[in-house]
Amino acid sequence: MAEIVSLDEAVEELVRDGDAVALEGFTHLIPHAAGHEVIRQQRRELTLVRMTPDIVYDQLIGMGCARKLVFSWGGNPGVGSLHRLRDAVEHGWPEPLKLEEHSHAGMAAGYAAGAAKLPFGVVRGYEGNDLATRTRVAWIRCPFTGERLAAVPAIRPDVGIIHAQQADQAGNVLLWGIPGVQKEVVLASRRSIVTVEEIVPELEPRPSSVFLPSWTVTTVAVAPRGAHPSYAHGYYERDNGFYVRWDEISRDRERFRDWMARHVFDRETSAV
Amino acid sequence: MTQVEQPTYTADEMMAVAAARRLRNGTVCFVGIGLPSQAANLARTTHAPECVLVYESGTIGAKPEHLPLSIGDGELAESADAVVSVPEIFGYWLQGGWIDVGFLGAAQIDRRGNLNSTVIGDYDSPRVRLPGAGGAPEIAAMCRETFVMLRHEPRAFVEELDFLTTPGKGVTCVVTDLGVLEPADAGELTLTELHPGVTVDQALEATGWDLRVIEDPRRGKPPTRDELAALRALKPANGDTVAR
Repeated sequence: MAEIVSLDEAVEELVRDGDAVALEGFTHLIPHAAGHEVIRQQRRELTLVRMTPDIVYDQLIGMGCARKLVFSWGGNPGVGSLHRLRDAVEHGWPEPLKLEEHSHAGMAAGYAAGAAKLPFGVVRGYEGNDLATRTRVAWIRCPFTGERLAAVPAIRPDVGIIHAQQADQAGNVLLWGIPGVQKEVVLASRRSIVTVEEIVPELEPRPSSVFLPSWTVTTVAVAPRGAHPSYAHGYYERDNGFYVRWDEISRDRERFRDWMARHVFDRETSAV
Repeated sequence: MTQVEQPTYTADEMMAVAAARRLRNGTVCFVGIGLPSQAANLARTTHAPECVLVYESGTIGAKPEHLPLSIGDGELAESADAVVSVPEIFGYWLQGGWIDVGFLGAAQIDRRGNLNSTVIGDYDSPRVRLPGAGGAPEIAAMCRETFVMLRHEPRAFVEELDFLTTPGKGVTCVVTDLGVLEPADAGELTLTELHPGVTVDQALEATGWDLRVIEDPRRGKPPTRDELAALRALKPANGDTVAR
């Protein structure tokens, strides 16, 4: 059964130096508050896993939490580059960053395999590109037809972290809107943290929602506006203006550190 | 008689209009963010109202009023016919062969239509680290055809890619801010159409390889007043940025 704890307790308890940690949320419900807590607790040497590393991964990388990044698309959607990610890859600042990159379909298949506790997922798209030579894929033959296919290893993070709209007192979790790979990452991970907008007396069933029973989740922590500047469907909209401003904030190392000090480390002013 | 005044427009607007015109009504289209999303939404709000827009965030049949900044803005989910998970959109829908046209951008393209969206320079010590593959390899492999949109400049239209992210086998047209390239002999991208006011020499100069040109390339029509109005009405959500 999921334990309901504070966010700092959840991270303290479950995220360890050197872990493979996946914070997921495909544009929607990105667990920013949890990412900030990982930064505040100064976790190091993490293998960060995420299909679409965007602002929160730029922050984790820029603050020196990561040793390796497993990803399929790393950018500021609709805006441009992630300057902290680029600085780490291009100049090794603040530390060199190893990359393991896939296509979206490859990572999605890896998560699905991880959730199913199968060793690998199967895709066709790696044929004929340079990506296949730079990532962890292996070529296999279909045992029935002989077709050549790419096997991508299952993704089994040590810790999976997602944000959802609601949980109840028993730790059951409900999320709705764009579901991304949130269900897969929780089921694939050894331990999980789910931050939620609020704890409600009773979860109301909704069509097309994702329900994660309490017994699939390790801890639940309340983090109102915990996905901002991404969004929580039905609670608040995506702060597109912040994504645009991040381009400026993150461009310069000093300005970035100053922003992090004021908005992430100093809790008095951290309501961004 | 008074002369009808021709509306003024930018090269990017011409590019969006030229790409939108190539989408037939009813086409099921897998759309990337930025220029492709702009063009696909323009088609949907003008001549192709039954065009089905599929975004990789799992939104099928999205009908946004504003141009989304990201592939997963709330408006896409709210206006969609269905919202599915990421493994489902790439597995059942894209891999399953249900998509007609994939719509991609890239940083570099070569004469075979191969695309690079991974790095500029050497992979291990890149000059510019780009976002990476995203959905592109599977989109290009699984859609019946692939449209590419790219600003026409020598650093983008290169003799040799720095990295091959996405094979160009399925590319059927490349729409630029100067004209349109289509695969001709042995699949080599060839200039087939020029936007109004653009010369063949301009296209040759903007291409990093020895660009082939068909005899007497077609001359595209300028954007109509209606097309421009529809395009400009698709202002990005929050109104504080221009999607690129």
